[in-house]
Amino acid sequence: MPAFNQSRQSFIRILFLVAFIVLILRLLFLQLGSRKYDLLALDNALSKKIIYPDRGIIFDRHGKSILENTLTYDLMINPTQLKGMDTLGMCKILNINLDGFKERVIGAIIKNGRYRPSVFEASLSVETFVQLQENIFRFEPGFFLQERPIRSYPFKAAAHILGYVGEVDSTILKKTNYYYQMGDYMGLSGLERNYEPILMGQRGVRYQIKDNKNRIVGSYDKGLYDSVAIAGRNLNTYLDIDVQVLAERLLKNKLGAIVAIEPQTGGIIAMASGPTYDPNLLTGSQRKNNFSWMLRDTARPLFNRAIKGQYPPGSTIKPMGALIALDEGVITPEYGLGCSGAYYGCRRPIKCSHETANHASNLRLALANSCNSYFSHIYRLAVDNPRLNGTVNGYFKWKQYMNAFGMGVRLGVDLPSEDRGFIADTSFYNRLYNRSWSSCTNVFLGIGQGEMQATPLQMANMMCIIANKGYYYTPHFVQSIEAETERDTVLNPFKKRHQVTSIPDEIYDIVQLAMQDVTESGTGRVAKIDGISVASKTGTAENYGIIYGKREKLKDHSWFVCFAPRENPKIAVAVIVENAGFGAAWAGPMAGLIMEKFLKDTLSESRWKEVERIESQEIILPIVKYKRNRLDSLKRERLRKQQIRVIAENPLEKNQRDRGSAKINNHFNAIKPSDEEQFI
Amino acid sequence: MKNNSFEMSKGIDWTLIGVYVLLVVTGIASIFATTYRDEAIVNGFLSLNTDYSRQLLYFIICIVIGSVILLTDSKFYTATANILYVVGVVLLLLVFPFHTDIKGTQSIIRFSGFQLQPAELCKIFVNLALAKYLSTPDLNFKRVKSQLIASALVLIPAVMAILQSETGLALVYFSFFLVMYREGLPSPILVIGFSLVILIVLTLLIEQNLLAVILTLLAAGVIYELRRKIKRKRSILFFIIGIWVLSVGVQRFAIPYFFNSVLKPYQVQRIYATVGKDLEVDESKLTEQDIKKMADKKKAGNYNVKQSTIAIGSGGFWGKGLMKGTQTRYDFVPEQRTDFIFCTIGEGFGFLGSIYLLGLYLFVLFRIVNIAERQRSTFSRAYAYGVASVLFFHIFINIGMTIGIVPVIGIPLPFLSFGGTALVTFTVLLFVLIRLDADRQMILR
Repeated sequence: MPAFNQSRQSFIRILFLVAFIVLILRLLFLQLGSRKYDLLALDNALSKKIIYPDRGIIFDRHGKSILENTLTYDLMINPTQLKGMDTLGMCKILNINLDGFKERVIGAIIKNGRYRPSVFEASLSVETFVQLQENIFRFEPGFFLQERPIRSYPFKAAAHILGYVGEVDSTILKKTNYYYQMGDYMGLSGLERNYEPILMGQRGVRYQIKDNKNRIVGSYDKGLYDSVAIAGRNLNTYLDIDVQVLAERLLKNKLGAIVAIEPQTGGIIAMASGPTYDPNLLTGSQRKNNFSWMLRDTARPLFNRAIKGQYPPGSTIKPMGALIALDEGVITPEYGLGCSGAYYGCRRPIKCSHETANHASNLRLALANSCNSYFSHIYRLAVDNPRLNGTVNGYFKWKQYMNAFGMGVRLGVDLPSEDRGFIADTSFYNRLYNRSWSSCTNVFLGIGQGEMQATPLQMANMMCIIANKGYYYTPHFVQSIEAETERDTVLNPFKKRHQVTSIPDEIYDIVQLAMQDVTESGTGRVAKIDGISVASKTGTAENYGIIYGKREKLKDHSWFVCFAPRENPKIAVAVIVENAGFGAAWAGPMAGLIMEKFLKDTLSESRWKEVERIESQEIILPIVKYKRNRLDSLKRERLRKQQIRVIAENPLEKNQRDRGSAKINNHFNAIKPSDEEQFI
Repeated sequence: MKNNSFEMSKGIDWTLIGVYVLLVVTGIASIFATTYRDEAIVNGFLSLNTDYSRQLLYFIICIVIGSVILLTDSKFYTATANILYVVGVVLLLLVFPFHTDIKGTQSIIRFSGFQLQPAELCKIFVNLALAKYLSTPDLNFKRVKSQLIASALVLIPAVMAILQSETGLALVYFSFFLVMYREGLPSPILVIGFSLVILIVLTLLIEQNLLAVILTLLAAGVIYELRRKIKRKRSILFFIIGIWVLSVGVQRFAIPYFFNSVLKPYQVQRIYATVGKDLEVDESKLTEQDIKKMADKKKAGNYNVKQSTIAIGSGGFWGKGLMKGTQTRYDFVPEQRTDFIFCTIGEGFGFLGSIYLLGLYLFVLFRIVNIAERQRSTFSRAYAYGVASVLFFHIFINIGMTIGIVPVIGIPLPFLSFGGTALVTFTVLLFVLIRLDADRQMILR
């Protein structure tokens, strides 16, 4: 036993001690040095699960739900649990081959990993679902069915109004400050978008613990931080779904729009845009495909012409011209004008459709006969009003009137992306005519042509002003919100009354009576309704389009504006049918049917025949039709292949879908007003 | 009989046994905390389907074995040390024809549902045999021959373990050099060994040619510094030049050769990973299998260490509480019942829990050194140091690996890790020591 080695024990002790100190220092650094590892651990294990509440339902004025939530089923796959499964049986039910099956499995694994379930087939059709439900025990746990709520539209109508729900994209995420998350659904257009916060309700959050393979294993801290989902609230609207369906029927195979408003409240009864589409096409798994072919359609079915279509108003503007002149005091109802078939006040004569004497010997007659000379003249009288020091100021005042009437400004309807139409301001003419212009320069404004465009909604609103004798409520759809509280301020703007003129009621009576004359004995006879006095005005708006780079005059737009009953107006309607000719030809009968349906609640047999007659008539410009049909054949073929399944399910929709995928033609933007046109 | 048992228990270090029980119970609790999955607890403990119940069973077996050891005469161990060593080596040899392939190791024999890992068990026999050899009367440990014999005793099982793909276990055997050091292995050997380690680390850290230049400059500097002494005594110069040649030879040729030809690529990669470097290998020289294996191992190794440091780091000072650790509860840390069991304590009980455990271990180590130093016989002392060295190596490497300061070497944490063979091995090592200590007045040969 060599004693001197005894000292070596100290070295061994020191070695142990040093090693342990190294371990402890490292532990100090790890456990007390930073909170970084805390976050990393939470990041590993915590998963935040959003619980989606049911979206609110939208009801029409009679309490019918015009959209609902229905359940569809997705077939989900658990890639790890596939062993020993009857793959061929599954292929048979889904009507796919083995390669397709493998491809989908691999796709699912790539997308969500091996351990998390992914969608194998979304929104199963009814037959597939039934077959699967019966047999699912054979495929479990590799496959299972998962329900998913989607929107459904029992009336297949009001697509433009309701809008659609879709997955949020990155721009929306940024805009909403990341309130939404990837994979969330939100209203992307229409009422769905406008009332998104109300309809969506409040999302619930559940914090869950997941394991190393991303499988959920339980709730975090016994659900201490979880919150419950609150269902979205329902909306009651002014819409009358029967009228809406009728309006859409009337516009079938036509380009145009119908807007019907309740004058006392500004509530919109119906708003149709032609062509339209079945809103059910934009739900479920085929949404993207359907959307893309509709986007390519030359006739633009996704475009809501009622609030975005901008048309020269034509003669329908004349009642407003009268109101301005009356309010300014430049004429009285008795004011008359001798017209012999044209207006010669300016350099070039403006044609008038009437040549008989005394057809414009007072306001009522002039309006009833739609005298171009009379309204050109009173436009000039209003603009050249001596009290206003010159044309520029006069026009400025005139424009202010128009804006107050809701022309050239956004009315503020509760739909997104409304267009404002167009009323030129003074600087526009100053620029165009180098500051030397007079009331003759834009005299066409008096008869609704020239530097002026209006949306059908604006025209319907104008009818409300006349019906109400001087005021209007901003047109809107939503009457009330379920469980409305003071914090719901969205509807406040619609409760404000907009007074636009200070003309006494007696004078309004004259304008109204003149419009009644139009229906009784004038151009508006087509809109007559038995037992109800209708006040109306037809319009035939000239318009031009650029076709193959050449500016060409197109067939006139058919306008019709009206309200009824005249004594106690309940409905104001504006109808435009693009390139359909005279106002009385198509727009008039349609407006009449709409009013009758709304006021009488039913239509007689003969009137239904009229509906069918109008419905079956196709009024589409040959060039638009040609472009719709002249499609890139390859793309069309591809699209059709994608659609085969949907078509098989909805054979009725085939026609519409076959219109295909022409490049969007900016048909309306191409049409520019001009001052060298002839007018009726 | 009563008198007899009193005799038997005389001199037994009950404190050490108490700490041992504390450690094993901590281990079972940790295994329970990571693997318990809402089953009925009583049932879970009785069923033997759960890891914690099995570990409990191993513990009971260990208590039996420990009791038997305590009842055995100390002389039995000195008498049978050499035979047991031979038995151990034979067992190790039997592994080659009879091993079962489990999880990439070829070191396990399996018979009738029972698993045996001789490389693990052999630690006991090597320790006994080494103690026996070192306690040989008139042994001059200064002689190279004795040193070589002692080294051979230790290295034969180590080499076999390497051949059975158990590099980690093989490394454990090197801890016995600490025993030899205590028993008189000349310091220069340790100095050389230590210098070699530094040289290897430097080789890993610094680019080869640059290191060669540095070493050359260093040698030149020393020669310049000692130029007067060298004038007087030529041999110093040769000595320095010899060291220089040796160092450069090692770093420039021996280590690259060792890495390229002896170690597997993934092992080299792991070694590099610990010093924070990515290994650049010439992939053209590797087989496709090697490349894949390397990628897998790299991923697994990095993942393990990352997750275990997250687990321990997220424990903070107080810990998250028993079974509240998300990292260990939800399987983010791999092998958390076995090699990474320390994570459970680090996450669940934080810095306090870690200090508690390290404190227990340090207490055990120091206690064993104390015990060693109070032995009258060399056999007992050498054996005690063997136990301390093996435990120390296991503890330091295992905990060091979970907190990312040591390469990932798959060796268990003594008394805590799940696993029957390891628990039995450590128990036997410890209880034989306690038995020997109880008879410390005897001179054992």
